[in-house]
Amino acid sequence: MSVRRTAIFYALIAVFALCVPWLGIYPVFMMKLLCFAMFACAYNLLLGFGRMLSFGHAAFFGSAAYVTSWLVTAHAWGPATAILGGVAAAAALGFVIGGIAIRRHGIYFAMITLALGQLVYFVCLEAPFTGGENGLQGVPRGTLFALLPLRSDVVMYYLVLGVFIGVFLFIRRVVHSPYGQVLKAIRENEPRAISLGYDINRYKLLAFVLSAVIAGLAGSLNALVLGFATLTDVQQSTSGEVILMTLLGGTGTFFGPVVGAAIVVTLQEYLSDIVGGWVTAIIGVIFVACVLSFRRGIVGELAGRLLRSDPKRPVAGAPG
Amino acid sequence: MNFRTLGAATLAVFLAVMTQRPALAAGDEVVIGDLDDMSGVYADVMGAGGIESIKMAIADFGGTVLGKKITLLTADHQNKPDIGASKFREWADQNGLNMLLGGSNTGVNIAMEKVGAVKKVPLFHIGPGGASLTNEDCTAYSIHYVYDTTSLANGTATAIVNSGAKTWFYLTADYAFGTQLQSAASKVVEAHGGKNVGAVRVPLGTADFSSFLLQAQGSGAQVLGLANAGTDFSNSLKAANEFGVTKTMKPAALLAFISDIHSLGLKTAQGLYLTTAWYWDLNPETRAFAKRYFAKMNREPTMDQAGAYSATLTYLKAVKAVGTTDSDKVMAELKKMKISDMFTRSGYIRADGAMIHDMYVMQVKSPQESKYSWDYYKLVKTMNGEEAFGPITGLCPLAPKK
Repeated sequence: MSVRRTAIFYALIAVFALCVPWLGIYPVFMMKLLCFAMFACAYNLLLGFGRMLSFGHAAFFGSAAYVTSWLVTAHAWGPATAILGGVAAAAALGFVIGGIAIRRHGIYFAMITLALGQLVYFVCLEAPFTGGENGLQGVPRGTLFALLPLRSDVVMYYLVLGVFIGVFLFIRRVVHSPYGQVLKAIRENEPRAISLGYDINRYKLLAFVLSAVIAGLAGSLNALVLGFATLTDVQQSTSGEVILMTLLGGTGTFFGPVVGAAIVVTLQEYLSDIVGGWVTAIIGVIFVACVLSFRRGIVGELAGRLLRSDPKRPVAGAPG
Repeated sequence: MNFRTLGAATLAVFLAVMTQRPALAAGDEVVIGDLDDMSGVYADVMGAGGIESIKMAIADFGGTVLGKKITLLTADHQNKPDIGASKFREWADQNGLNMLLGGSNTGVNIAMEKVGAVKKVPLFHIGPGGASLTNEDCTAYSIHYVYDTTSLANGTATAIVNSGAKTWFYLTADYAFGTQLQSAASKVVEAHGGKNVGAVRVPLGTADFSSFLLQAQGSGAQVLGLANAGTDFSNSLKAANEFGVTKTMKPAALLAFISDIHSLGLKTAQGLYLTTAWYWDLNPETRAFAKRYFAKMNREPTMDQAGAYSATLTYLKAVKAVGTTDSDKVMAELKKMKISDMFTRSGYIRADGAMIHDMYVMQVKSPQESKYSWDYYKLVKTMNGEEAFGPITGLCPLAPKK
């Protein structure tokens, strides 16, 4: 898996992504897929590179979706500022939840995020501005920077694609930066990182907040794309879905979460027409099969095999 | 296998899967969609039976309109506003949808209505109760066809308060429909000299009503107002019977369907007052429709299933009259035409989108009174459309208060 091959792979994907509106693929579906891919990438930053298993990530995705929708509908903000508002809310929430959760490890970390995530869910259910069970409906996409009307699905698609590529490159940059190296060191051996003098809580909190910010960005975009924010965005099952996407695609790989999100969203979209509510059970079975037979996820497993057949390549380099 | 073949394979699979979508109807079809709860608490009320009655309407119309074939799309919205709205949008974008009907859940219908307004696709609300659909949430492309919370409250609550039961406690489904039904009933109760002593909100699809019923019992009210529907209604009434709540409180079915009465049995349900837009045993036309429906579904149609039949026919008649599926022209025709079929003899669609027609206050028969299977209701009162649905409130910008 040389650098050239990786470049070709990404080029193919990029060409495909650019051509989507002309291939007869429904742009709204692709935008939803990209938003969830972004959400899964954010989650992967936390789980794959920081080994922090959060069960409440829908709180960031959903609260940003609600704040953006609320700013657009109730206060007539433009899309860019409303997205910023949503992301800021997710960041603040990430700072609070992360600040509490990183004090514990493993199952306790997971339980704290689960509890606080459910707390956010009930706030969204009961707060006066969220519309309760109905959610916020009829959110207009508006005009970006007072120049570019986003009403057309094609225009919106390219905006979402652009943001997604930006986020993807940003995550790569973060992971390859000195900060990312320290994060990985903490992941591998926390006491050793402490003994080297790193203030690990600061590193972990930053990873948590970064992940919350990107999850919030995905949630805000998703709300603008679909035109609503509902309880589905903040509920526990969405937190579960993003874990599923990340593990299915491969944690700790860059492209894994994207593949995982593509598989889950596509299955949900196509199977829900055929089997209705059973889609959850089917995805559950796929997940069990994945965890039992290829634990590194689809991309992780493929890359692992390619690396084994390529002895010149050091194993440490994460693929794709 | 190297990454090049992997990339190519990924692309091939994606393309194969995603270009499998049905092509846009190239103007040679008239596409009707039915989005409803097919598996949850409202599945008996509309669900598969609703699909069947829409199919019957299409067949009765001849299967074509303006020389184009009529096709039907159906999906389950699982009572989730996001699924309803995305499916509606997808059908409008990808399948050339001309008209949508169904819903059964006010929350989902409000979400779908916003999509209908943007995509300019007429939406016939069949099952949802919330009167806000023709008031603060109204749009130029929506029609509330069968009943709303105002007409239900005007029927049932008036009948019960006038029978002497003055103090009310409500068991309310915790979303738009339940809260609107409760507030409509509360207004009617107060207007007739009654008193509302309290309410408890119950999540949709609750399995255990015990703690809510104990609160109701503790309130000391004479009437237990059930502001819920579907299996929530029948389960809460069953539980109220089991707990003996019905010995001290009189249950009021603010929305009950014949399917609920059938599943409860007359022994439990006898004496209940309820308001319905349609009953299979009203007159020869309703019986003729019910007989055909029964032959297919082996049960009598609910008012929603009959309403879905009528709404489909009404839409197709309007399309035929204006000679186009252009939404604005069809909507103008719909708001002009008189509706007369087995569902209603003198219906019309008001400027705010409410279909105004007679509503019937019924009382459930006792097992002795019931002479044949599905002989469940006796007519207490027929309310004409204006009495049932009340005057235009002015909350909908399309219909200023006169």
